[in-house]
Amino acid sequence: MLASENILTTLLLIPGLGSLILAFIPGKNHGLIRNLALVITLVTFICSVPLVLDFDASTADMQFVKNIEWIEAGGFSIRYNVGIDGISLFLIVLTTFLMPLSVLGSWSIQKNVKAYMILMLLLEVGMLGVFMSLDLVLFYFFWEAQLIPMYFLIGIWGGARRIYAAVKFFLYTAFGSLLMLAALIALYFFNGGNSFDIVQLTERLANGAVVLAPMAEILLFLAFFLAFSIKVPLFPFHTWLPDAHVEAPTAGSVILAGVLLKMGTYGLLRFCLPMFPTAAVKLAPVICVLAIIGIIYGALVAMVQPDVKKLVAYSSVSHLGFVVLGIFAFNMQAIGGATYQMLNHGISTGALFLLVGIIYDRRHTRQIADFGGIAHRMPIFATMFLIIALSSIGMPGLNGFVGEFLVLQGTFLMSRTYAVFAASAVILAAIYMLWMYQRVFMGRIENEKNMTLQDMTPREIIMILPLILMAIWMGVASPSFLNKMDVSIQKVVDRIEDVRTDEVYRVEQEQGDALSPVGLMTTSELTK
Amino acid sequence: MLETFWILLLFPLVGAAINGIFGKRFSPGLIATIGCGSVFISFAIALLTFFELLGLAPADRAVTNHLFTWIESGNFVANASFLFDPLSGVMILVVTGVGFLIHLYSVEYMRGETGYYRFFAYLNLFIFMMSTLVLADNYLLMFVGWEGVGLCSYLLIGYYFETRVAGDAAKKAFIVNRIGDFGFLLGMFLIFQTFGTLEYHSLFSTVAERFPAPEIGFGVLSGITLLLFLGATGKSAQIPLYVWLPDAMAGPTPVSALIHAATMVTAGVYMIARSATLYSRAPESMLIVAVIGIVTALVAALIAIAQRDIKKVLAYSTVSQLGYMFLAVGVGAWASGIFHLYTHAFFKALLFLGSGSVILAMHHEQDMLKMGGLKKYLPITWATMGVATLAIAGIPPFAGFFSKDEILWNSLVSGHGHLLLWVAGVLVAALTAFYMARLMYLTFYGKERFSHESHGHHDDHDHHHSGPPKEPSLFVTLPLMILGVLSAIAGLVGLPAWLGDNRFEHFLEPVFHYAYTGDGHQGEHSHSLEIGLTVVIVTLALISIFLAYRFFVKNPAIPERIAERFAGIHKLLWNKFYVDEVYDALIVWPIERISRFVLWKGIDVGIIDGAVNGVASLMQGWSNRVKRLQSGYARAYASWILFGAVLIFLYYYLAN
Repeated sequence: MLASENILTTLLLIPGLGSLILAFIPGKNHGLIRNLALVITLVTFICSVPLVLDFDASTADMQFVKNIEWIEAGGFSIRYNVGIDGISLFLIVLTTFLMPLSVLGSWSIQKNVKAYMILMLLLEVGMLGVFMSLDLVLFYFFWEAQLIPMYFLIGIWGGARRIYAAVKFFLYTAFGSLLMLAALIALYFFNGGNSFDIVQLTERLANGAVVLAPMAEILLFLAFFLAFSIKVPLFPFHTWLPDAHVEAPTAGSVILAGVLLKMGTYGLLRFCLPMFPTAAVKLAPVICVLAIIGIIYGALVAMVQPDVKKLVAYSSVSHLGFVVLGIFAFNMQAIGGATYQMLNHGISTGALFLLVGIIYDRRHTRQIADFGGIAHRMPIFATMFLIIALSSIGMPGLNGFVGEFLVLQGTFLMSRTYAVFAASAVILAAIYMLWMYQRVFMGRIENEKNMTLQDMTPREIIMILPLILMAIWMGVASPSFLNKMDVSIQKVVDRIEDVRTDEVYRVEQEQGDALSPVGLMTTSELTK
Repeated sequence: MLETFWILLLFPLVGAAINGIFGKRFSPGLIATIGCGSVFISFAIALLTFFELLGLAPADRAVTNHLFTWIESGNFVANASFLFDPLSGVMILVVTGVGFLIHLYSVEYMRGETGYYRFFAYLNLFIFMMSTLVLADNYLLMFVGWEGVGLCSYLLIGYYFETRVAGDAAKKAFIVNRIGDFGFLLGMFLIFQTFGTLEYHSLFSTVAERFPAPEIGFGVLSGITLLLFLGATGKSAQIPLYVWLPDAMAGPTPVSALIHAATMVTAGVYMIARSATLYSRAPESMLIVAVIGIVTALVAALIAIAQRDIKKVLAYSTVSQLGYMFLAVGVGAWASGIFHLYTHAFFKALLFLGSGSVILAMHHEQDMLKMGGLKKYLPITWATMGVATLAIAGIPPFAGFFSKDEILWNSLVSGHGHLLLWVAGVLVAALTAFYMARLMYLTFYGKERFSHESHGHHDDHDHHHSGPPKEPSLFVTLPLMILGVLSAIAGLVGLPAWLGDNRFEHFLEPVFHYAYTGDGHQGEHSHSLEIGLTVVIVTLALISIFLAYRFFVKNPAIPERIAERFAGIHKLLWNKFYVDEVYDALIVWPIERISRFVLWKGIDVGIIDGAVNGVASLMQGWSNRVKRLQSGYARAYASWILFGAVLIFLYYYLAN
């Protein structure tokens, strides 16, 4: 056993202490600060690998748990309680994996490098904390804490409209968080006022020790759901995302798309489904429709963007729509696919933002119209961009396909209509990606300024290559990931199934099914 | 090799990786050796495996190589497993065999290109993907190859990516194919939901068990088969998704021969033949497949008559011949469809490669009206293309005669056949003979309509000198000759019943074991009828060739007069029935406009962000007003206190 109960705490401490060390280095020494930040994030990544190796795939219980007293006063107990299961495992590794690459993608930052890197490391602490917290207050603490460094990263190192974007990002998210805070406190009191323990609370809600009135359950669900769906972002709460992405520095976009958005979908899986399954089932039709609107709408709007980064941002709205749809399809394939898709999106969209950063560093523009024919000057860049673009649009053999296929397959089992609409995104994705690719890379070089473009440097190749290798690995050997998630996802699915066996619901469902199919055939014909 | 035939997939993959990553520093010779060598090894392995398969009893001719589990979630499993049976055996031989010849041809044809390594890397990758498609033992793995060949097609059509035409054509091909893939995906979902597996053998046996008789009306099998067929119309360029294939001719000619004639575009036919178990139980879908097939064949043949670009004629000819194959599988003649696929691979690849040789000799001129009289300059090209023309025109004893004859016969007599299908099929046969003869006459006969100076549009090939047209080297002519021989004799493995034994059909029989055959009427018809019909068809083809001779050699004024007389029809055909323009106006333009002006600028920026920013500025506006109250003047505060006091006083006064 390489991993002990302290491993998660270690993961929080390395970047945390690392940021302290950076604070003592003279700010002018850019090279040292960059290299040190790289080393710190690399060490964090290496330390997170034993999590995967030692993870016990046979249990849905939390692993590597550390649960100690934090604030105890008058029966009021907030604990430092961390641990992971199959759902959070890879999100943690994704975070530690993307960090060194983001640091590498920040080499062109010249303004106040020291503060920048310190904020990056603090951001990592916040993100890791969110994925491993097993105490509601601790979770909320990290959830809010990671907002601050991101706010500054956008607001200080961002583009021309950075202040507008940063404030919009902050207010949108904070608005959701406040409702969640109210819900957390309410849950605490429903739980008899004795603990904020997420695992214990989920269990007590499942076994009937804590009973919520139907209306209360719906309100609590909505409070959490709103916070998470703003983060995801689910249509129509998404308009902060394009602005934040366009203004954020490259690494900010990578982290934002790669990790921060997943905190929303992770929250849905950790809180909304297991704690409030009845509400989840009742509201699922509305949520699925919003997700599907987001899938199609995001793709269509991405298609007509003049700015590459904004295009990628809107494509995220579309991809995350798949994740939400998968989660609310409530079966193994769909939720497994959704969890897989969270990782895929982190890999491919993270890589896309890094790639856009590479060209932005050279030309200081991201307008599609400013490019054209640059494959002549940058063949390696063009090739790597194509591979990642293909991963993003779900080319079989690469990672995106596995997640997309499972989500759609699972959704199809629940509702054919939903699946048909969602699957149309495979066409739309090809359109926006390849159209952009053609306008940027193909044709003759018309713009003089592109004549002198240099191809990728070794640093840039090292930055993108791991992501490409991951895209291939996850596309070919998906069981090495899916197997570790299975049992934890099964637990969530079982919880929903318990609720769905409720007779009333089943009747509703059957009526719904008879009305909903694509018009191909009725349910009775199918089961023949 | 039966236990490890899957290794044949490795060689082209490794070849693609080596050339793709390091090829830039390699000499052209090394690049070509790696490119051709890897495919040749694959072909050799396929051939060895094929002969081993022949050694087995017919019922045992299905061998699976299981590699690893690819996706597993809940009760869904998809494996990386490969199947070698008579059907995939025939397909893999065509893919690697014709593929190798075209690689060889490319050595000379592409010489001097800056992207030589890139070209061979893509071509090898294509062979890998196509092999995956035909060897997969389940639909999901087939889909990997299915999308993979689409990707390679995208890369190769866009090979000359500096030209706008190539970029547009590549993108169009990929996107139109994705529309088909959307259907394929949904088809797989429906299969899994209904039968719980995507693996051929267990699926087909389950289907046979649960559907002992064909489905009546429109049921789940019709749904599955039509969704899969949507996929097939995309990949195999059938109505309504055929529009990408003619544009795809923007790619280098060897690509047109390999991908857009011999192999990839036939994937849809292969897929339907593979799914015979499903289709044979969905008669309504069969009818749709047959009708779409024959209508496509007819429309494309008509368009081909009016085209001037030699490659465009061949492209529409391919669409048309693919229509024949769909007609075959649509009437349940699975083996005939595959038989035509197999003969077509030889003669159509040959026609494309021959046209490439012509285009090289003409310094990249593709307009047939600027050719003529090339017979004496390009004797080998002329002779081999002549054989291929006779084959596609259905003149006995060339290969195409046997396969086309089988299809037409079945379209009349099979349980799913119909007289109208047969009549339309015969009409297509006559049109085919006509436009192919036209192509040959315009290119090789009559007056020379070109000057001997170099006049190509983009003559960037340093080895293409000006001067009289001349035949390329052995790298080009050898593949032509081999394919010429195959186009002449390959049909002999499938003789019609009145001549002997159709060994091809018997060989494929075990593959269609689970297919429903209950309503087949074959065998009740006399040989004399079959012979009589064959005579009719061949006579019509000969008349068409003679007409073409009259029009384009003897009296070139006739076609011009006809074109003038029927200017409207000619314009319609020349402009390909304006299908592209209609699609643009009805689909592409509205979607782009709605996305830009309604969704993005309207809903996103206008409504949602308008609301968010509206709330914000409302808050700000009110704050600005309220903050003025805090003016810092004591007299102001005093008057507010007074005002408040008066209000309170009034409230209590009025309340009482």
